[in-house]
Amino acid sequence: MSSEPAVRVTDLHKHYGARRAVDGVSFDVAPGQVFALLGPNGAGKSTTVEVLEGYRARTSGEVSVLGSDPGRPTPAWRSRLGIVAQSTRDLSDLTVTEVVRQFAAFYPHPRRPEAVIEQVGLADDARTRASALSGGRRRRLDVALGIVGDPELLFLDEPTTGFDPEARREFWALVQLLAADGTTILLTTHYLDEVEVLADALAVIDGGRIVATGTPADLGGRDTAPATVRWRDAGGGWRTERTGQPAALVARLHAQLGELDGLSVHRPTLEDAYLSLLSSTGQPSEPEVS
Amino acid sequence: MSTTASTSATTSGERTRRPAEPSAFRSPAFLLRTSLARTAVELKELSRSWDALVFNVFFPIIFLFIFGSVFSGDVAPGVSFTQYFTAGMAASGVLLVSFQSLAISIAVERDDGLLKRLEGTPMPPAAYFLGKVGLVVVTGVVQMAVLLAAAHLLFDVDLPAGPQQWLTLAWVTVLGAAAGTLLGIAYSSIPRTGRSASAVTAPVVLVLQFVSGVFFVYSQLPGWMQDVAAVFPLKWMAEGFRAALLPESMAAAEPAGEWQLGLIALVLAGWTVVGLVLCRTTFRWRRRGDR
Repeated sequence: MSSEPAVRVTDLHKHYGARRAVDGVSFDVAPGQVFALLGPNGAGKSTTVEVLEGYRARTSGEVSVLGSDPGRPTPAWRSRLGIVAQSTRDLSDLTVTEVVRQFAAFYPHPRRPEAVIEQVGLADDARTRASALSGGRRRRLDVALGIVGDPELLFLDEPTTGFDPEARREFWALVQLLAADGTTILLTTHYLDEVEVLADALAVIDGGRIVATGTPADLGGRDTAPATVRWRDAGGGWRTERTGQPAALVARLHAQLGELDGLSVHRPTLEDAYLSLLSSTGQPSEPEVS
Repeated sequence: MSTTASTSATTSGERTRRPAEPSAFRSPAFLLRTSLARTAVELKELSRSWDALVFNVFFPIIFLFIFGSVFSGDVAPGVSFTQYFTAGMAASGVLLVSFQSLAISIAVERDDGLLKRLEGTPMPPAAYFLGKVGLVVVTGVVQMAVLLAAAHLLFDVDLPAGPQQWLTLAWVTVLGAAAGTLLGIAYSSIPRTGRSASAVTAPVVLVLQFVSGVFFVYSQLPGWMQDVAAVFPLKWMAEGFRAALLPESMAAAEPAGEWQLGLIALVLAGWTVVGLVLCRTTFRWRRRGDR
């Protein structure tokens, strides 16, 4: 059971007339994994995720989510999912507690609403109306509704867009808490720092296609790419050298010069790797229908 | 071109879960629980929505007060204008709490994404509609009770004369609300956005009120206007409430020369069926273009 992927996507296509929003996407998400689907706006992230959530019919391809075809959603299947959609503006007249209690009633084995509110950090706002919450706290309410049914698989579609840096960090801690609890998470985002902190594995999607897969550490071969070593020589001038064997270079420098002032070793960042992937595809992304 | 990423599980521990049996989601108990949750939320939202309370629930009572205070004459010997107008306001009220309230609220809830959010949960779709029915039942009963009490206490309007008339009041209310509810759910697909929902819905109800014998005595309207009104349910509801609230002698003043109770039941039931068919064929959980 546990060896079966939580999500398996094989050659997924979603076309709107001549426009290919998703054009042959394949990836697997293992149970318990935090998987990031990374790409620019309009790359096909949300369309892909909405097919997996059972919202959109696919044009072709094989898709399995928790062992079922999302093209034929059943209530039993939906009860095992949590969905946090891209942006929401409903529920305005209800308080946080009222909304979470309502959604708890829709699931067979819900988590305790008060515990969920506490877990997402909204205990102070339990009696606040949804319309009065700030953007970041409103998003926490969305997450509360996504997890109140105790899902095995949680979809987070661009959960931190528009957050300030502090709210983003707090949100990451929440996601890490859920992941530690064993929840499989499929995250879409266009923030690289978010992926670096949260994701066990990722796929980069652009123009409706997967252009790379891997982990944040090895995306685009950046873990083995030539590194730039920089140090200050005896005269105080900056020296840099690009090398495939940075450790050997540093050892040699140390043997010759002893301790080095201002020493740094830089591999390409995740951002460098990501941008080089996008530019190499050479096709501009089209705006996404949402 | 596609690549497959297979990565091993990084989870620390597999959770022992017991997915619910599919039959659990089809049980009457689950439908009841989810429907009650939706009804409770509907009533809470309404109680906090000042505009919906005024324009859907208390509008007929406000109008009764204004018209009852301005027009003091009789429409026939022994039958005050207010007595006649109360029947019209009862019919308007039923249409407002069913048709207008649902057409607007569902259009807004579709546009703001609530329906899509609910679609993504295991909630039975019927629970959403039963929640709306619960809202219509509660607001309809409260509105009718307050309207009749206010008319009786403030304007000496006679209540239904006997059990027969009370029964007529009850079934016209139920059938009218059923038709209004289903037609309101169907009509909610017409406004293109939540913001335009009121503007696209309220004028329809207003025009119907003018042509259906609510604000004016029906038999004094031009023939063509009567014919137009006879196509829609409001005219029949108003006539049904007149049968419940006016003395038997007033039946002769109707264009047909009698209360057409059988025909009223038939037309309202017919609109209920039309509404049901429209709902089943046209209802959408998402905004236009979201597919």
